[in-house]
Amino acid sequence: MARFRELYGTTPLHLLAVVASFAVAFYAALKIAGSPSGWRIAIWFVGAALAHDLVLWPLYTVLNRIARGHRPGPAVNYVRVPALLSGLLGLTWIGLICQLAPDTYRAATGLEPEPYLERWLAVTAVLFLASGVLYAVRARRSRS
Amino acid sequence: MRLFPATPPPGPFRATFWRSPLRGRWLTSVFGALLLVGIPVLFLTGLFSYAAYNPELGNDLTPSKGVLGFYLFDWPTRPVWLYAANQGVHVIGGLVLLPVLLAKLWSVIPRLFSWPPFSSPAQALERLGLVLLVGGALFEFVTGIMNVQYWYAFGFSFYTAHFFGAWVFFAGFVLHAVVKVPLARRALRSRRIVEELKVKLADTRPEGDPEEDSLVAPAAAAPTLSRRGLLGIVGGSSLALLVLSAGQVLGGPLRTIALLAPRGRSYGEGPNDFQVNKPAAAAGVTAAMVGPAYRLELRGGTSDRDLAREGLLALPQHTYELPIACVEGWTTWQTWTGVRLRDLATFAGAEGSVRVFVESVQESGVFSNTVLSEDQVADERSLLALKVNDADLSLDHGFPARVIVPANPGVHNTKWVGRLTFGTA
Repeated sequence: MARFRELYGTTPLHLLAVVASFAVAFYAALKIAGSPSGWRIAIWFVGAALAHDLVLWPLYTVLNRIARGHRPGPAVNYVRVPALLSGLLGLTWIGLICQLAPDTYRAATGLEPEPYLERWLAVTAVLFLASGVLYAVRARRSRS
Repeated sequence: MRLFPATPPPGPFRATFWRSPLRGRWLTSVFGALLLVGIPVLFLTGLFSYAAYNPELGNDLTPSKGVLGFYLFDWPTRPVWLYAANQGVHVIGGLVLLPVLLAKLWSVIPRLFSWPPFSSPAQALERLGLVLLVGGALFEFVTGIMNVQYWYAFGFSFYTAHFFGAWVFFAGFVLHAVVKVPLARRALRSRRIVEELKVKLADTRPEGDPEEDSLVAPAAAAPTLSRRGLLGIVGGSSLALLVLSAGQVLGGPLRTIALLAPRGRSYGEGPNDFQVNKPAAAAGVTAAMVGPAYRLELRGGTSDRDLAREGLLALPQHTYELPIACVEGWTTWQTWTGVRLRDLATFAGAEGSVRVFVESVQESGVFSNTVLSEDQVADERSLLALKVNDADLSLDHGFPARVIVPANPGVHNTKWVGRLTFGTA
């Protein structure tokens, strides 16, 4: 047992869990590989992780550093919090907001896909306005 | 034997690269605990969602499922809101969990660059498992969120990909939970959340010793956000996604605040002005196809019967308030009037417990036909609806007749029904 630990790094139970997990995943992956566009699914599977780790995370990290560079200290939160919320909502609903699939939207709902950009901009405006008001109120309170 | 040089390459592989004073095991464990509850809920509602199609009856969009369909069961008709609730929890729950997932990934991202990449076979396997976990999580969230927006840019069958992807993801998730839960429990006990929520920005310090917890930055910058502030932002993001989308499930006046949801829009005030899935034009159905020459064909009984719409209206009519709920997580409740499916079976001379093969006059499309189970046919509230809200069905809602079965997936409530074939298994 001690020998196993030394070679493997931890208990045999860990290896058992790994094997069980990989077996299920491998079975499902085989099913994906057998489907007509299996390779495409595999690309999206890996691509989703890469898009997060190599695009989204660096992007918001850089934006955050720029914001902090301009306004060191906690005042930056009055800009970055509404920006983050707006960005998250925009990213989540980007298909609707940027009308990336107008034909399928129309075919499913029977409606024109145009109101979402306006709605998102309105939500963004409200977020920034609320943040601005909060900032002004707090700034005034701390002065008095 | 050393696989990797002792000195890490520059950049994120070095501990001094990381500046946030908020990262640490406790914070990661808070997000982890939320996901530990949330992800299984999404997984189970997803499995139920597949079962709701009654794939064993021939309505199978993932026929290669193999043993992964082991759990399938006959989808019930009660409570009538069962499918609406299941899909609402799955889709809106997924949206609400998205900020938690992103925050969790942010909190552990230094680990992506940990050096050496692994120091034992156990660790190497565990990191391989993270590919299933992280790839799987992002794949499931991205495909799900795209699908509810009718944005099919991925170019593969959503049903196949989301189903098998879920199994890959969940396999990685369970492994990760088994390995990390003991560690997370210890971390969560290290500070009480109620106390932590009282800590102001000025008193915010790194969680602990970077020597003991590699998530803690040894070269942390001064905080610009408290830990409660970060939790507030994540919670606020979830709340924003919830408020701006949940109305498409709850319906009524709440629908108007679902500003950023595909089904948060109004069709008007009339009896037929409610959410449409595939209007007639998109399904290739014209008024001429269901004009005066329309006959509903009843087959599979002792005698074939053809009924004009007037003939259907002459049969006993029943009225129920029932939801149409869609796999994409939206619901609309309406008051439907029509003939019970079981009465139509009897009328056609199909006795006893029968299922029915429903065919639309729609000429193509995956959902132009469906099989309804014995229990679905037998339910007193299962209708071939002719009217909605006291008015004739509009063409977009399936005139002259459509199926409405309680707790049935919307796409199985077939519109423009042209033939019902009753039979046994």
